[in-house]
Amino acid sequence: MTNTPSGSRFVNVGERTNVTGSAAFKKLILAGDYTKAVEVARQQVENGAQVIDVNMDEGLLDAVEAMTTYLKLIAAEPDIARVPIMIDSSKWDVIEAGLKCVSGKPIVNSISMKEGEEAFLSQARKCMDYGAAVVVMAFDEKGQADTKERKVEICARAYKLLTDIGFPPEDIIFDPNVFAVATGIEEHDRYGLDFIEATAEIKARCPHVHISGGLSNLSFSFRGNEIVRRAMHSVFLYHAIPAGMDMAIVNAGQLDIYDQIDPVLREACEDVVLNRKPTAGGDLTATERLIDLAESYKGKDVIAEKAAEEWRGWDVVRRLEHALVKGIDAYIVEDTEEARAAIDARGGRPIEVIEGPLMEGMNTVGDLFGSGKMFLPQVVKSARVMKKAVAHLIPYIEAAKQPGAKAKGKIIMATVKGDVHDIGKNIVGVVLQCNGYEVIDLGVMVPWSTILDTAQKEGVDIIGLSGLITPSLDEMVTVAEEMQRAGMTIPLLIGGATTSKVHTALRIDQAYEGAVVHVLDASRAVGVASQLLSDTQAEPFIKATAAEYQHVRDARAGKGASKLLSLEDARLNSYAPDFSEKAPPPEQPGRHVFEDWDLNDLVDCFDWTPFFRAWELAGNWPQILDDEIIGESARSLYADARAMLDKIISEKWLTAKGVAQFWPCARHGDDVVLHPNDDEISVRLPFLRQQVIKSRDRANFCLADFIDPAGDWLGGFAVGIHGIDEHLARFKADNDDYSDILLKALADRFAEAFAERLHQYVRTTLWAYAPGEQLTNEALIREQYRGIRPAPGYPACPDHTLKPILFDLLDATNTAGITLTESQAMLPTSAVSGFYFAHPESQYFGVATIGRDQLEDYAGRRGMDLPVMERWLRPNLD
Amino acid sequence: MTLAPSTARAALLEQASQRILITDGAFGTEIQNFKLSEADYAGALGLAKDQKGNNDILALTKPEVPESIHRAYFAAGADIAETNTFSANRISQADYAAEHLVREINVESAQLARRVADEFTAKDGCPRFVAGAIGPTNKTLSLSPDVNDPGFREVDWDGMVDVYAEQVHALVEGGADFILIETVFDTLNAKAGIMAVRHVEQALSREIPIMLSMTLTDLSGRNLSGHTVEAFWYAVRHAKPVTIGLNCSFGATQLRPHVKSLSEIADTLIMVYPNAGLPNELGEYDEMPATTAGLVKEWADHGQVNILGGCCGSTPAHIAAMAKAVEGLSPRKLPTPETATRLAGLEPFIMAA
Repeated sequence: MTNTPSGSRFVNVGERTNVTGSAAFKKLILAGDYTKAVEVARQQVENGAQVIDVNMDEGLLDAVEAMTTYLKLIAAEPDIARVPIMIDSSKWDVIEAGLKCVSGKPIVNSISMKEGEEAFLSQARKCMDYGAAVVVMAFDEKGQADTKERKVEICARAYKLLTDIGFPPEDIIFDPNVFAVATGIEEHDRYGLDFIEATAEIKARCPHVHISGGLSNLSFSFRGNEIVRRAMHSVFLYHAIPAGMDMAIVNAGQLDIYDQIDPVLREACEDVVLNRKPTAGGDLTATERLIDLAESYKGKDVIAEKAAEEWRGWDVVRRLEHALVKGIDAYIVEDTEEARAAIDARGGRPIEVIEGPLMEGMNTVGDLFGSGKMFLPQVVKSARVMKKAVAHLIPYIEAAKQPGAKAKGKIIMATVKGDVHDIGKNIVGVVLQCNGYEVIDLGVMVPWSTILDTAQKEGVDIIGLSGLITPSLDEMVTVAEEMQRAGMTIPLLIGGATTSKVHTALRIDQAYEGAVVHVLDASRAVGVASQLLSDTQAEPFIKATAAEYQHVRDARAGKGASKLLSLEDARLNSYAPDFSEKAPPPEQPGRHVFEDWDLNDLVDCFDWTPFFRAWELAGNWPQILDDEIIGESARSLYADARAMLDKIISEKWLTAKGVAQFWPCARHGDDVVLHPNDDEISVRLPFLRQQVIKSRDRANFCLADFIDPAGDWLGGFAVGIHGIDEHLARFKADNDDYSDILLKALADRFAEAFAERLHQYVRTTLWAYAPGEQLTNEALIREQYRGIRPAPGYPACPDHTLKPILFDLLDATNTAGITLTESQAMLPTSAVSGFYFAHPESQYFGVATIGRDQLEDYAGRRGMDLPVMERWLRPNLD
Repeated sequence: MTLAPSTARAALLEQASQRILITDGAFGTEIQNFKLSEADYAGALGLAKDQKGNNDILALTKPEVPESIHRAYFAAGADIAETNTFSANRISQADYAAEHLVREINVESAQLARRVADEFTAKDGCPRFVAGAIGPTNKTLSLSPDVNDPGFREVDWDGMVDVYAEQVHALVEGGADFILIETVFDTLNAKAGIMAVRHVEQALSREIPIMLSMTLTDLSGRNLSGHTVEAFWYAVRHAKPVTIGLNCSFGATQLRPHVKSLSEIADTLIMVYPNAGLPNELGEYDEMPATTAGLVKEWADHGQVNILGGCCGSTPAHIAAMAKAVEGLSPRKLPTPETATRLAGLEPFIMAA
């Protein structure tokens, strides 16, 4: 159950999958784009909707067809289908069609006595037979209930009828109709109050029922004025929830926090909702006063400006809190100094600034983030403000020789040896700091010995490990083993893109007797840390986690090895493309080196979706900017990113270096042999083949399948983004984690865009097998072109150790300035490398699990010792 | 509109308030012991396809086989016989070209189980019950058989309700006391089964109590359609089932945590009939009767069950061992959950009322 602005138990029903409520969703459904429409539901659930409302009532639609199609599709998505569905239609046949598709216990929205008792009870009986709760509209033969008396009378009558046929009272949800107020018609003035008073009365007279309502009607008169509408909704809920309203179909992201609404506006809204005589505004009625005020809230910029001036006039404690919550660092040093001086003047200590206003502000941030009302980019900005304030205070604190504020706990964060990726780790570090933990960030490529030494020297409470590439998984096991050997008992947190609950349970948890917890993303880190360090919660949490991992292990053991074909049989089922269609030899064979690719050209190829994902904002570009919940956050982040991009380009912060090359080759079994006719320079590239048993006519793919045994061509490339370090150092010195993470995320985008752009240049110009190709950036991102560019260490080619061979072939260290770590991670971090396969039928696939037979065969082909090969390919072994 | 109340429900509740009851064990493995030939299965029906393996058809072609198995289970101490009709529905029988015999198979199966049950009751005056078993069919309402077309379904709700209603009607006609919707891998199929029972109740103007039994497909405690045990209970609670529980898939060891969670929330009788352990490398069940009995007794000791029995691999010896193991132990007391709105997706969602 989510806490709402008022902190009561209250259910948010997601409303974005409703064609009458969301124009965007309606467009998708009318266009038949159900794939994207399903994503809308996923986003809602991800954003915390506890129930999702599905409505297909649109004149142009066959609503029965649309409802059943959509419900069947979301039934196939476990991360959506986990929440109950609200089947929403004004037509009973649509509702019944929906009931036939929903496997859990849904809510029907809605039925009423509009057409008399008989129809009402017949529909209610059907709801019972299908097993559904039901929303009952306060509507009878005479019409919709408007006054309090009518609402109560109709609901009480419906309650009696329903309970008489054995309908469970707890499965009844009354909707007593939210009507528009401040319409200028006097009879409407009491509508808000009528709803609130009726709610209390219905709750008292009809035990166990719930009260729901659609909020958007309330503010109908103020269409186009979002500020006023949001304030009205928040004020309404603030009063309706204590009266007993416990559910609303509402966009949670569009509710303001009651306390944070401009008090003047809030009071005016309250006057309207509660039908009070305004105390301000002379002789104006509540409606007139709100209409009057509303004018000044039209257009957001005005407000922002007004607010901007206004908060500077507040007292310093409030200013500090405001700066932290809003992430404004412009005045933080002067405000911190003012607070310090004030405390100093009354004989206090500088540390009190941290312990008082700053910690309070950060607690607010932590609470808002924890309850899903604030998103990651804002939190990181808040942390930047905090760090700057603390940095200002430290000299004073040290001068006064006072011990620092007692942190909630000390946590080491480290990216393990061999790995250089740290965006995720830094984000987790920032979030933990925001919540009062002391974080010792050991950086990247940290050997286990440093982690253990630091842990013991500093007496830390938790160790957190991060990694992005698959070899890091093994390194994490090593750290766990060494912690065990050292007799440590402190908890070990595991996070990062390749980590998983399954790997943690199977390998890491087994290596270390202390608590091991896989942390899915930054938003979970604080919850995990606080439970682990709590006197009362630690033990149950550790036990529950251990039990969960035991389950995972049991499940794996129960499942046994996945069914694999023998390597021999898998080879018999290899993919056979039509080689008469293979690409011609490259127009410009040989090596092509690019010292400094134009950054402007790359920005045009950016795929922004992963950029937002790095900040834990889920959604597709560019729709994410208009997302009702995270849109504001996304827009603000995007504006910051654009501003930084301008500087990166105009001040030439970064340099894009790359290399591409083509070699004649031929397929030999599962190997591709380069220069097959020249033993002196011939190079063998072994590839792995899928062994999982395929259904239907699918082949067991191997990259070598796309190469003609009779002679063909293969390409290779490496691109890297250089020059980031001096800027990162600058941000670090400035305590600016936000810019640090932003720059790293943008550098990653440059690397990806460069790989995409270079591939395009290869297709159209260098190799030129697709000279006439015309693709939009969107089509590029969706890879709607001929040929693929798989990278070593990724699913089609999971062996990282092919990278040194590729790098030798390209002389990538000299040509593109990229080096490899012992785990085969690339430096600089923002880099991409891979092979080019040009055959039109070549495609991406995942090698997935392979058998011992292939491991042994492959180790032979690679000329590597079996145990070494096994270590590298562990993620693909059962 | 009012339905005649079921006397069997009242009688079962009365018995269950005094002791832990016993339902029967596996049929398939018992039938195998008879080493029947194609001719034994096919009888004189002259069907277009081979019948070997169509265990349910034996009610028509070799009724002495299911009858003797029922007898063996009652002799072992069972209070309830489950009819040998797991696949006696139009969808499954179509594989044997026997879909036109669905009614007859079910009527005969229920009648022969009824006969044996009454025979045992006549001996000692203790009531015996017949649960008309309906299986899940091999089609699913929740999932697409085609990974590339997740919205596709091989069957639809109305078709499934009809298939089930035909079977339910025949089982009740043959004398079944309850309808046991068992081995529920797809919760929506079970809901269609419930709807079918409602239709037949209306047609016959009498209450037909439902028993429901879910089967788990993984150890985290979900069935194939993805419902957790708790979500499943909320999704089917409107059936007001006389029993809810788990069967098949796993042995008692693996079911333990899920039986516990179900027993804490379900305000009706709990019936569990696990497999005799997990199959060995040859696909055979080799858990000894004493072992199985020892494992299910733990549930009884903890007051978590009302009715116990066996599924795949269990034999009359297993049932006898169970009956002995739980004799004299107190049955589970029904909890009284707080009134709350209990909804479900694949996971439960509770709104305090």
